[in-house]
Order: sequence, then C-alpha cells, then structure tokens
Amino acid sequence: MTEPIKKKKKPLAPRVPMPNQPPAERVKNFEEVALGYTYELAVNEARRCLQCKKPLCVKGCPVEVPIPQFIAHLAEGNVGLAYETIKTTNSLPAICGRVCPQENQCEGACILNKKDQPIAIGRLERFAADQYVHIDACDLLTGRRDCVPVDPSKRVACIGSGPSSLTVAGYLSSRGVKVTVFEALHEVGGVLVYGIPEFRLPKDRIVAKEISALGLQEVEFVTNSVGGKTFSIQDLFDRGYQAVFIGVGAGLPKFLNIPGENQNGVYTSNEYLTRVNLGRAYDFPNYDTPVIRAKNVTVYGGGNVAMDAARTALRLGAESVRVVYRRTVADMPARREEIEHAEEEGVIMETLAAPLAFSGDDRFNLTSVKLQRMELGEPDASGRRSPVPVEGATYELDTDLAIIAVGTRANPLLISNEPELKLNDWGYVQVDEKTGETSIPNVFAGGDIVTGAATVILAMGAGRRASKCIAKRLGCEREGD
Amino acid sequence: MPPEVVYPPRCMSHTAPATNCYAKENAQLRAAFHWPSPTRTSAWDITRMNADKTFTILDKEQLIPGQTSKLVVSAPQIALKAKPGNFVILRIAEKGERIPLTIADTDPEAGTITMVYLVMGKSTAMLDELDKGDEILDLCGPLGKPTHISTEAGTVVCVGGGTGVAAMHHIAKGHHRAGNKVVAVIGARSKDLLLFERELGQFCDKVLIATNDGSAGVQGFVTGVLQDYLENESDIGEVVAVGPVPMMAAVAETTRPFEVKTTVSLNSIMLDGIGMCGACRVTVAGDTRFACVDGPEFDGHEVDFTELSNRLAAFKTMEQAAHDHYCKCKCDD
Repeated sequence: MTEPIKKKKKPLAPRVPMPNQPPAERVKNFEEVALGYTYELAVNEARRCLQCKKPLCVKGCPVEVPIPQFIAHLAEGNVGLAYETIKTTNSLPAICGRVCPQENQCEGACILNKKDQPIAIGRLERFAADQYVHIDACDLLTGRRDCVPVDPSKRVACIGSGPSSLTVAGYLSSRGVKVTVFEALHEVGGVLVYGIPEFRLPKDRIVAKEISALGLQEVEFVTNSVGGKTFSIQDLFDRGYQAVFIGVGAGLPKFLNIPGENQNGVYTSNEYLTRVNLGRAYDFPNYDTPVIRAKNVTVYGGGNVAMDAARTALRLGAESVRVVYRRTVADMPARREEIEHAEEEGVIMETLAAPLAFSGDDRFNLTSVKLQRMELGEPDASGRRSPVPVEGATYELDTDLAIIAVGTRANPLLISNEPELKLNDWGYVQVDEKTGETSIPNVFAGGDIVTGAATVILAMGAGRRASKCIAKRLGCEREGD
Repeated sequence: MPPEVVYPPRCMSHTAPATNCYAKENAQLRAAFHWPSPTRTSAWDITRMNADKTFTILDKEQLIPGQTSKLVVSAPQIALKAKPGNFVILRIAEKGERIPLTIADTDPEAGTITMVYLVMGKSTAMLDELDKGDEILDLCGPLGKPTHISTEAGTVVCVGGGTGVAAMHHIAKGHHRAGNKVVAVIGARSKDLLLFERELGQFCDKVLIATNDGSAGVQGFVTGVLQDYLENESDIGEVVAVGPVPMMAAVAETTRPFEVKTTVSLNSIMLDGIGMCGACRVTVAGDTRFACVDGPEFDGHEVDFTELSNRLAAFKTMEQAAHDHYCKCKCDD
C-alpha cells in the first residue's frame, strides 16, 4: 500500500515585472515611462491571484473595485469582462491603474504581501482599462446593457473637474442625473491635466478619453468658470441645480519662507508643472507659454510632486537635478516606484539637507542656494526620527532653477467667498464623514478640499460616497445599492 | 522721474502667417536654444468641452492706431459679476498662453465687458488680429479682489498712465457711483496718445493732463501734476494709480510725504490667475502676497516695486524670441 502522495504546495511565481522605457531614452522625451503589460504578461500575473474568499484587497481600495473577480476574468484571458467588472465601481481605471499608490492600498492589503510579493493589481487594472479606454462608459457603470435616460429635471453641479468631481459625474450620470461640471481653467481634469506629467499619465491617449466617455453620458463641462467668482453656490441653486458637489482641491502652494524666495528662477511646483503640462511649455515657441530651462535644478520636498518636477526638469535638458530633502530617501513620502524611476534617470537625492537662503545676481536671477546639513535625531513620540541641523555644517549649491514642492493648502477662492461653508481647524471644508455633506444642506464636498493634499483614488472614494447620498436624495439609486 | 516706456518693435502687416513658416522658424529656434523636439502632437479638443459659451467680439475700436485698442466682448456671466478692479485671464488660440487683462468697463444689461490692450508681445499681437465678430477662445473671470470703495472717501485722485488709464477708468467710475468726488490725472507722451479723456470727463470733477511734449495739459509727467494738486488741495482721501511699474512707484513716492492713502493696481506675471501657482507673487509690507487673489490692488507705500519690475523681466528673452518669431513669419509672408 502506497501512501497517498501529499499534494505539494506549488511555489508562487514571482511578480511579473513591468516593461519600461530605458532610462537613457526616456529622459529625452515626454512619453510614458511604464509601457504596460502585454496580454501574456497580464494573464501570467493574474494567475498568481489566490482568489481569496474574503478579499482584503477590496477593502484596501477606496472605490471598492471587485478585484478578485476582475482578476479571475483576466486569468481566463477575458479582458472585456475584466474591464466591465472594474468599471462597475471605478469610472477612471486607466488613470487609477497608473497613479494610485497601490502599495498603500489594494496591493498593500493583498494577503500575499505578508510573505511574498503582492499581486500587481494596479498594473492589471491598467492593462484591462488600456484595452478598452473608452466608450460605453454608461453600460459598464450601470451594469446594464441600456443606459438610464438622463432626466433633465434632476440636476447636479460639480465645482472643479478633478478626480473627485469626475467620479461624481460618472456615478450620477449613469443613474440618469444631468450633471454639469464647472472648471476654472481652460481644460478639464484638474491635477490629471495640470499636475501629473505626460510621462506618468498620457493626456490625449488616456485622460482625454476617460473624460470624453463621461461626455457620452451627457455630462456637461463648462470651462473658464470659477466657483466663488464667476458664480456662487447660491447662483447654482437659483439656476435649478438640486445638489452641488465641491471638488476644488488643495491648490494653494506652500513656500519655504526663506530669504530670496521671490527671485526669478524660483518656482512653486504648481507653477512649474502647470507651465509645462497645461501650457505645454516644453514645446515653446510652438506653444506660447514660456518656462525657464536651467542647467542646475534643485527641487525641495520628497513627495510625488517633487519627483514629477525633478523628472520634468531633466527632460527639459537640465544638466543636474537634485531633490533636496531634510530626511533620508527611505523617509520620502513619494511612491517607491517614482523614486526609483527618478534615480534611474539621474536625479540626485540631496538628502539630510534643508534650504536656508537663495541668492541671485544683480539682475535678480537665481544663482545659488545655501543648504544646512541635517542629521536624524532621537525618535519622537510618533517613532520617527526628526531631522536636526548639524551645527556649522552649511554649504552652497549652484542652482539656476529652484522648484518648491513642499505641499499645498486648501484652494482659497471658493471657500473665502462662501461664508456659510463651515471649515475645520486646518482650513479645509468640514463634512459629514459618511455622506460628505457640508454645513450647507445639499452641498457636498470631497477630495483634497476636505482632506488636504492626498491621492487621486482617495478623492474618487470621497466622490463615490457623496454620489451615493445624492443619488438617494434624488430618488435614483439602483436597487441593491 | 519715471522713465519713458519703450515698446518693442511691432510688425504692422495684417496678413495671416503661413503655417510652414512657423515650422521652419520653430526648428531654427529649437536648434538655437538646444531644445528637444516636441512629442505631443495630437489635438486636444476632447477636454475643451466648453458648453455653449462663446466670447464674441462685438466691437473693436483702435484708440491709438497699431498700438492700443478697445474690445467690447460678449461675456454675460462675467459682466454680471465684475466690479471695478477685477480682471480676466484670456487665451486667444489653442497653442496660446493665458494672459491677464483688466476689465475697463462692464454693461451687465448688454452682457458685455470692455477690455483695452497694448500690443507689446506675441499674444497681444495675436489678439490685435481679431476683429468684430471673431471669438476669443477662453475668457475667465472676474478675477481678483474688487476695489475697496468707501462712500466717505472724500476726494479720490485717480492717476493713470499708458493703458493703465483704461483700468483706472473703471475704478474712478466706481468711486463716482459711490458718491465720491473724483479727480483724474492722466498722462501720455503726446496729445494723440491720451486715452479715455472724454470718458473720464463725463463723470470726473476734473481731468488733469500731463504730456511729455506739452501738446496737451501740463508738460511733464503725471507725478508733477499730482504733486501740484497735493500741495494746493486738501480733503484728499485716497490716491489710486494704475500704469507702468515705474509710474506707480513714482506716484507712491510723490504721495508718501503727504501721508495720503495710495492704492496701486499691480500687473505681475500671471499663469492661472486663481491662486494656484504664485507666479504673480509680490512683496507687500514684507509679506508674500498673490496679486491674482490678494490683489491686484495693494497699498502703494508698502509694495516692493523693485522686486516687481525684476520679476516682470523674468521671461524677457523668451518673450522677445516668441514675438520676433511671430513677426518674422508674418512679415516674410
């Protein structure tokens, strides 16, 4: 009698790597760095998923994408079904698959993360979305083959056209609500258009298509309209909107507050990235918006925006680009992937350094920065070792372009013109946690204007919560929701 | 004494440029500046779904031939909300930049706003190509804080120089409507270049004129006229100055010894105009302020004018390159 052969547990294959443009090539262009999975790579990666009964990954996703289901479809090679599954809860998957910090969300929660490498959920979402990016948004969002006809008597206005508002527009319009999105700039998309660079998020190929799919759901976009200036919230109610969603973001830049900060050559990251991304300044003089092209660039901050600015400067022909950060690379809040990409491209991490002053020439042009060497001190209450200056250790760096990327605060225009709107202690809009409703009835808010600068997907999660409440009030919620 | 404003040379041809000329010029410029080639080529119309909003030019009047023109543009929403001191950001073409222009007047009933521009670079030259019936691609506003108008200001002296007279006109009108006595002081190089003399005359108690060549009013600068007025009159509640930076700085210095409240409307470089980027930042009383949301009007005695004029020169080389390039294409044609 032979003993039954114990079924040996199959060792898990490693995570399928993502093909990238080689660093030497990509620093010369603005094309997307990560090239995306091929069909074969995607199916291989999808097959690693354990199909958990109680998936932790879904809990990690702010818009609750049915992750195991869509991955199961992919593992069977059915990309179309996978895409439809994603689209039932996420109206912008091609964008989320690219810019979400998955390591802190779905992939961070993946059970495999405990012992092994997590499933590359973001890359799979991106793969599925890229194959279909898109038309038929309505069918996919409603999960039906027919669109709910838009009822012109149900009207909702969104202020701002960033990710949170776009989510509201997608969710509500698929349920028959006439949504109008008001945008202050001349292009729709918010940070997707003016902030995140082309090489991380292609504008024409991805953003424009995701947004135009909303146009098919009769979402109306009005550009050049500034909430608080061109119209007030009361104006919107007067014009017959039954609910308003505020998604104006946190766009007010913070400064370093050091001497010499107003010299020519010192930009906020918002200015630099807006010139390059929205104004297409990289194509001056074909486009009219100018931007300084510098030899020695220093970027202040350690977040994703700092990486974006540094990598943009490289692509505009800088000889040296340094990211100046007062802690270490390990402490940087930017995504690992972005830091790695930046380092591969030649960005120098000038860590444990803090700026003290900028100096310029007699024509007010920036020439150098004085930096203070830092070291990590004792751990504080939060367990983080805070940086302290090394006495007497200062040094100068040549720099003809300095980009300040140390964060943003709430956009002031709307909230300063709406005294009824209650703010919290940090100056952001105060909302009901569950519904997103503000102190003004039927006025909702979400995204960075509520939380402070955060991520695209958190803004979308906030938009989704508010949408559910608005849909209920307008009596157009689907059964089962 | 404020130096005379020097305008860049202008191309007077009004024929449309040939597109192949642009391509050739672009390639040359790119080579000269060692810039990489562009990568994005396709159109971008999809995200510009500007629902039934058009900004049509209803009237155009050349105030100074080839230099300064007045546009009346249909923009009902902006006309309804705009107050003296507000400005707009506009964009003329798909590849155009965003530029700020002050609202010189409004007619809420007709749904129009009036703007006056001086042709001094590529974008304003392109704006000057537009005529009655043409549309402005993007027009965003009203932006900035409106002028603070007190009904008990007493006499308000409004000083205007160059194209600034147009912006000053709207502010002066606001003070007049609030019941204040308004005295206008306007200046130009010569009689033919004076702006809004007639319009100001309709509601100002006095319109004082200074010309560099003495062809109208007093010979000299507006600051000379202002100095005289300050010395001889009392009950001056406020002085408002709008014009080139050296002029506003000179006005602030003229009023400083008299301790008269002096308001200036600053014209810094702007990008978004909604407080997002800080391109327009100025130092006022030692603090950094954004001209687009905290201004554009500030206390003239507290503004760092040297910093402002230095910041205005930030893109000089590129502005010149863009303008030369534009002119060359047009004139070669």
